[in-house]
Amino acid sequence: MAEANLLESAFVYLTATVVSVPIAKRIGLGSVLGYLIAGAIIGPYVLNLVGDPENVMHTAEFGVVIMLFLIGLELQPSLLWRLRTAILGMGGLQVVVTGAIATGLGTALGLTWQVALAVGLTLSLSSTAIVLQSLREKGIAGTEAGRSTFAVLLFQDIAIIPMLALFPFLATLSVAGDGAAAKGALAAYPGWAQGLAVVVAVGLIVLAGRVLLRPMFRWVAASGLHEILTAFALLLVVGVALLMQFVGISPALGAFVAGVVLADSEFRHQIESDIDPFRGLLLGLFFISVGAGINFALLIAQPWLILGLVLALVLVKASVMFIVARAFGRKTGEAALIGLGLAQGGEFAFVLFAFAKGAGVIPAEVTAPLIVAVALSMAITPLLLMAGDWAMRRLESGSGEDRAPEVEEGHHDVIVAGYGRFGQIVGRMLSTYGYKISVLDHDADQVDVLRGFGRKVNFGDATRIDLLRLAGAAEAKLLIVAIDNDEKALELVETAREAFPNLKILARAIDRRHAYQLMAAKVDGLERETFAAAVRLGVKSLQIMGKPAFAAERAGMIFSRYDERALTAMFQDWQRVEFADYQRIVRDRTALEEELLKRDMIALVGKSDGDEWGEETLEREAFERNLARKAKPD
Amino acid sequence: MPKSVLILFAHPSYARSRANRALRAVAQDRDHVTVHDLYETYPNFLIDVEAEQRSLLDHDHIVLMHPFFWYSAPSLVKEWLDVVLDYGWAYGEGGTALAGKTWTQAITTGGPAQSYCSDGLNRFSIEELLRPFQATANLCQCIWQTPFILHASRQATPEILAEAAAKFSAMLEGLIDG
Repeated sequence: MAEANLLESAFVYLTATVVSVPIAKRIGLGSVLGYLIAGAIIGPYVLNLVGDPENVMHTAEFGVVIMLFLIGLELQPSLLWRLRTAILGMGGLQVVVTGAIATGLGTALGLTWQVALAVGLTLSLSSTAIVLQSLREKGIAGTEAGRSTFAVLLFQDIAIIPMLALFPFLATLSVAGDGAAAKGALAAYPGWAQGLAVVVAVGLIVLAGRVLLRPMFRWVAASGLHEILTAFALLLVVGVALLMQFVGISPALGAFVAGVVLADSEFRHQIESDIDPFRGLLLGLFFISVGAGINFALLIAQPWLILGLVLALVLVKASVMFIVARAFGRKTGEAALIGLGLAQGGEFAFVLFAFAKGAGVIPAEVTAPLIVAVALSMAITPLLLMAGDWAMRRLESGSGEDRAPEVEEGHHDVIVAGYGRFGQIVGRMLSTYGYKISVLDHDADQVDVLRGFGRKVNFGDATRIDLLRLAGAAEAKLLIVAIDNDEKALELVETAREAFPNLKILARAIDRRHAYQLMAAKVDGLERETFAAAVRLGVKSLQIMGKPAFAAERAGMIFSRYDERALTAMFQDWQRVEFADYQRIVRDRTALEEELLKRDMIALVGKSDGDEWGEETLEREAFERNLARKAKPD
Repeated sequence: MPKSVLILFAHPSYARSRANRALRAVAQDRDHVTVHDLYETYPNFLIDVEAEQRSLLDHDHIVLMHPFFWYSAPSLVKEWLDVVLDYGWAYGEGGTALAGKTWTQAITTGGPAQSYCSDGLNRFSIEELLRPFQATANLCQCIWQTPFILHASRQATPEILAEAAAKFSAMLEGLIDG
């Protein structure tokens, strides 16, 4: 590809991203759908801005390679062990049942059993990239439903290896000349030999990862150059991918295996942080490529076939997953979210279809409409997830057979919303003083754990007015908002402020921006969740550095006062002006504040251990103190 | 049998006080003398009352050592008096925990000795100005000792400081032996 073309493509991709992702996010569709739409628009079938669709797929492949490497990297043995039941049970059952049903349907539609099986297994996979990204964005990655979803995806990611090994045995077609050229150097050998080669190659990588990698990484790390480590990590990915390509497996799967092998190594975090900057953009690139890869020509030519395929795919996958999740004890709402979330085809489908076509397993006329159907099913994932999220909220907090909110009615002095690490401390302090507190938490697991410790905790979503009222918000004096989700916390403050005007509200702020939002929502007071602890550690640091305890203590107090005053002042700026102006104001103000703060702290603590002596120092400090006092803005 | 001395040391910016460093040096790490730095122990003013009372019971002599801030003591000393010298413990009904112990005020002043008299800048003698402490000691049934005073501590030359430190040391020796 010529350099001008590369720049042009980059320009088109970046423009599409910058325009459509913020729009998609703002209207609540999530970034993934934004990328997909951007891709579809610039793709060969709409604006045709990126030229040759082949180029798009090549670019996408590298995104997939890096993404799979990172996914592999996260597969630590400890995580696998903790989720073993969910992974093997739910994941295994999902793949087998979905695969079986799809195979049956395929056979019924006239495919040979070998083709139907390959198609069925391929379609049983879901999109790790889209689902994980969306779950993270929606803030449900850490919930029970999120963990189950992750476990199933994990099993699917691993299941690809045996699938790739199995496919050559299903080959019934003679491989066309150009198809073979596109595959590895071993394509001329029979299917079973290729399968063996794959197994040997994976074994080689595992062995090399255990024996060679550590010394090599140490040697590179010893150079002390950060970018060389990044380069080495990338080289590793590319190298393994090439080897896998040689034995006829997609580079993406190679990278995945490399990631798994490295998940154990002590360099895991180093590699992760080195490659992570590439992750977001490359993932975006991947989603754009999927969007661009949707063959609208085929869609227009055979709309009913494609739509029927998408519908069947989503219906079968969602129902199977729902039943499997229910069988494993997930609640109805959770199962609905898991099922709908995993109803799409996955990015591995593209990989497997390409491999299957090359290996003579599935004919091209079967893969072409399936690829379009999978891409479309991926594109509607954000919508399906929204539906699943809605279903879970409705079923899990509604009056269904599942866990209804459990709120003890009656009079309480204080309502504490969110009873995690933060809320518990506040709650315990208030209880110690004999105040009657009502505790609300929407995490069912957390509630059960706390109840196991003998604490009285109500289960329910505090942002719901009726639950707040039930807990006694109308008579209570104070509401503590200690939820760790910034948007939920803000929502609760706004709701409660409006519904219960006499209720005092104190809130936990996640960060400075959140503090501003809470102040704008008129909380009666707030604490930034890490601020006080960080100041305390600063005080301890000053002591370790040799400052007297009292001086260090005062320095902490002075610092807190400055920062809190600055927060109030900057909040006014933040409300008043545009972001760019705000940044400038903060910059100027910070510079001034820090100068003043420095004077005050030095006057108190002294610059270093050496110059605290003698009359001269004392006089200069008194002078500086006076100067600082005069210069103070208040 | 040597007696034990508890020095309650209070200076909010001790690192900068040459006088108090010089005096403290002769008390620090000395047998039978405990130097208890209040500002270092309670930088947030939250005094551990029980620990303080136990420590008082463990010693025979009490020395309050501090700069003579505003004709009195740094604020933590006042807080200490307020919370440690409890009713029913140090004074009042059954409050005899400190009875018979000696009480010595060891102070450093900014002004010279001659300023502490009816004609001087400070109008009153040190003796008069220390009356609140003396009354406190009295109520706790402690034996009030002649205060140790280092005047004009900021202007003190190394020679003067050395001399003061020697006198302070001798005073401590007297307490230990007596």
